[in-house]
Amino acid sequence: MTATLHETIAPRFGVGDRVTVRLAWPPGHIRTPVYCRGHTGIIERLCGSFPNPEELAFGRPGLPEQPLYRVRFRSLDLWPDYAEGHDDVVEIEIYQHWLQPASSVEQGQHHQDVRA
Amino acid sequence: MNLPVADEAVKDSGYYRRLQAAVEELLILKGIVGREEIDREVAIMEARSYRRGAAVVARAWVDPAYRARLLADGAGAVRELGIEIGALHLIVVENTAQLHNVIVCTLCSCYPRALLGMPPDWYKNIEYRSRVVREPRAVLAEFGLALADDVAVRVHDSTADMRYLVLPQRPEGTQGWSEEQLLEIVSRDALVGVAVPVAVPAAPPSPASPAPGLAA
Repeated sequence: MTATLHETIAPRFGVGDRVTVRLAWPPGHIRTPVYCRGHTGIIERLCGSFPNPEELAFGRPGLPEQPLYRVRFRSLDLWPDYAEGHDDVVEIEIYQHWLQPASSVEQGQHHQDVRA
Repeated sequence: MNLPVADEAVKDSGYYRRLQAAVEELLILKGIVGREEIDREVAIMEARSYRRGAAVVARAWVDPAYRARLLADGAGAVRELGIEIGALHLIVVENTAQLHNVIVCTLCSCYPRALLGMPPDWYKNIEYRSRVVREPRAVLAEFGLALADDVAVRVHDSTADMRYLVLPQRPEGTQGWSEEQLLEIVSRDALVGVAVPVAVPAAPPSPASPAPGLAA
């Protein structure tokens, strides 16, 4: 079912869920840093729902609003040659449409480049 | 069409300054914004200071209940102190003996301006933005902050709608200090996480003088 403009999309993930960032390279105003795409982390918190900045940047309303999460990544997972602390992490704000459940990705899709 | 140029200094100070002046003049000529509106907004921006953030930290250090509210609802707790922050979505992250937090916006230069004022140039610099996620301890060491090996680093990439404030640890040797004295040792850099406060005794402020930078 397609959400109407005024609906807010329901959050799909909860705190502690393992999620993988889409490995995709769409053009436009993308707020998902390249360095975390394709990587797996855990949901640290749900920040609320906000208009999609990828739409706002082109003068559109950005609706329906997208749930926004903070996702925690181990620095060693982001960069296998990370040379500082083993317990160091990076936390990144990522919109729901960029996230997939980690389990589905781990069943064979990892490192598959799904160019959008 | 002859566009008025703001002044010769702006005209001669580089491409982006000229671009900014041209856009400003166009917006005014087209009646989209007024000169007074721009001047008023600039004045508001320049009046904000990191001392607002320092006041929040000082309160959290002396009032455990306030600290708890600040960590649970950053914007709500800041507004409790009468600090006007508009629609800011604020997350406060707390340093502990085992954890150090540092803030960056790798994509651009998102910064809690309503609370800390204008960002320093280094925060907007591509070197800080690219390196602090990849080698935070090396970058912090260049700021003069050496972290112990048993302290984990948590880098917060401010990529979307939230803004961040670091709640540093209250330094040793500040027992019995007043909130006003504590405010004086909280630097802008400590609020971003590239420094930590140290107990440097300052001359106690006169009770009659309000803390500067707190008024909107």
